[in-house]
Amino acid sequence: MTLKDIAFKNLRRRKAKAGFILAGILIGVATMVTLISLIQAMTHDINHKLEKYGANILIVPKTESLSLTYGGLAVGGVSFEMQEIQEKDLAKIKTIKNAANVAATGPMVLGVIEVAGHRVLLAGIDFQAAKILKPWWKVQGSNPGDNGILLGTDAARVLNLKMGSPVKVNNRALTVSGILESTGSQDDQLVFTRLEVAQAIFGKQGRISMAEVAALCNACPIDDMVQQISGVLPGAKVMAIQQVVKSRMETLQHFLKFSYAVSIIVLLVGGLMVLVSMMGSVRERTGEIGIWRAIGFRRSHVIRIVLLEAGTISAIAGIFGYLIGLGATKIAVKFLSQGDVLVPFDPQLAAGAFALAVLIGIVSSIYPAMLAARLDPNEALRSI
Amino acid sequence: MSYIRAENLMKIYGQGEAAVTALRDVSFGLESGDFISIMGESGSGKSTMLSIMGALNTPSSGKFLVEDIDVYALKQEQRADFRREFVGFIFQSFNLIPYLTVVENVMLPLTTLNIKSSKKRVLALDALGRVGLSNKADRLPSQISGGEQERVAIARAIVNQPPMLLADEPTGNLDSKTGAEIMDLLRQLNEQGMTVIMVTHNIECARYARRLLRMADGMMHEEDPVNLMAQAECLAGQVSVALKSAGGVA
Ligand SMILES: Nc1ncnc2c1ncn2[C@@H]1O[C@H](COP(=O)(O)OP(=O)(O)O)[C@@H](O)[C@H]1O
Ligand SMILES: [Mg+2]
Repeated sequence: MTLKDIAFKNLRRRKAKAGFILAGILIGVATMVTLISLIQAMTHDINHKLEKYGANILIVPKTESLSLTYGGLAVGGVSFEMQEIQEKDLAKIKTIKNAANVAATGPMVLGVIEVAGHRVLLAGIDFQAAKILKPWWKVQGSNPGDNGILLGTDAARVLNLKMGSPVKVNNRALTVSGILESTGSQDDQLVFTRLEVAQAIFGKQGRISMAEVAALCNACPIDDMVQQISGVLPGAKVMAIQQVVKSRMETLQHFLKFSYAVSIIVLLVGGLMVLVSMMGSVRERTGEIGIWRAIGFRRSHVIRIVLLEAGTISAIAGIFGYLIGLGATKIAVKFLSQGDVLVPFDPQLAAGAFALAVLIGIVSSIYPAMLAARLDPNEALRSI
Repeated sequence: MSYIRAENLMKIYGQGEAAVTALRDVSFGLESGDFISIMGESGSGKSTMLSIMGALNTPSSGKFLVEDIDVYALKQEQRADFRREFVGFIFQSFNLIPYLTVVENVMLPLTTLNIKSSKKRVLALDALGRVGLSNKADRLPSQISGGEQERVAIARAIVNQPPMLLADEPTGNLDSKTGAEIMDLLRQLNEQGMTVIMVTHNIECARYARRLLRMADGMMHEEDPVNLMAQAECLAGQVSVALKSAGGVA
């Protein structure tokens, strides 16, 4: 027989009361866990998509006067007036601090060519890097070899070219080796060939018009990467292209704040339920407390019994609250997203939920416990 | 010097208009091993006196000493320790904790002691043996009779071997036969060396005591128990009536 036994036996005896307190904390913890783990799952999902997003950093020549969009006829025309980027300089990207997070660097040379009486933009690219930079590309046929070209859907239609069609570009005989399936981007209107081939056609050996970089990094801020690349390529302008993802992340951040607010309110209500129930319990047990005091329990013993009871219930509520919250998240995720979003076991959240539950249970019971301890034992006994 | 001493005890409940004086300048000395009964009309201050002797009720003035310990000079928590070590309480309503078994109720005073649970159980079963209830150790209080509950309360009061046993109308809620059994038990405990101080309405019960303190209107004087015998004989015809109504008198 210890104080713990008294606490446990009382809880077992008064299941309804204990259940009420349990429910108060359980609902609070489950709500908190659901909201937070839901957001974690969504964030994880977005990060995951970010990886599939391909290029997220653009390196373009520095220019004072023109806004350079990749595509559009102006590109070829003005490129001579801009500082150009040396192809070999791109190797410096491998030396930045977060180099490990750079999945691919894709140099690109752009220029205007004339094919069958149409002016069209020719892009020389590294097809190896394109696999990572443009993971959504689907090529019918094959990537071009030494004398091949790849056509965007629109380009193929407008130029009326088919797989295997011969094309003459600046006296150079090329063959259509593949056609790009519609991407819904500017790529549909371009003609692609290998970097060296395009450089030769435009007489820009060793120089490039721009470069795309895929940085696979959930944790490190993309702005840091941009800074680092700017550092090693002082002649170029480096910028991040991930506005869409960013704004979705911001929305989630707002939602996270909102969730914290909701959790705090629900937990406060739970704490209040504990407070009220424990006050009632102390009042109900006045005579019992009188007996304890009469047979020599100290005030501190009485406090310990009350807090042990509260702590035990809230620990149970913490465990089950977490599990229920996790289950609710798994169900919610199924409804909210079509994909296979994972809801992982997060030990930090689990420990946090448990600790918070116990903390709330105990903090809300401190006042009732003090009240119990301060009862005049003589008065308490007279109440029987 | 007496083992237990009350010096000019005063107790006033409440304040101003509502003030009730329960004790007016009570002094006495009791020896270790005494068996004392306190008698008096309802409201005369008996329970107040007993709760002060049990370190449960701080007097308005005066001193109460046991073994030269000035009980009300002790700090709150030390006074709790004093109760645990020196006092065994037996109440009129038996005051068992309903969700604990008989043996667990008896173990209660040992709960806060730093001894093994198995040892606590042995001590509790031993105390239950002394009140003749070993066979009902694992029942809940609701599953035993009133007389048995009272005996459990006595076992709980003696389990940690306190020198003083305080009983407030221990037979008040029992029929006369069961009451007599309880009184026999108290006498045995007294013979084993415990100082027993008992409040009672019942003359029959009072006759078990060796000393009789009578209270009236917050004041106390000692009577010769021999008088009580004579009185009892004189009241013989009325005793049975008194016993029957004793249950209703608090
Ligand atoms: N806690 C208390 N608060 C106020 N008055 C009390 C309290 N306890 C006892 N009294 C009053 O003190 C007087 C003595 O009471 P008590 O000691 O219980 O007498 P007895 O046990 O002889 O009946 C009574 O008038 C009673 O109403
Ligand atoms: Mg009384």
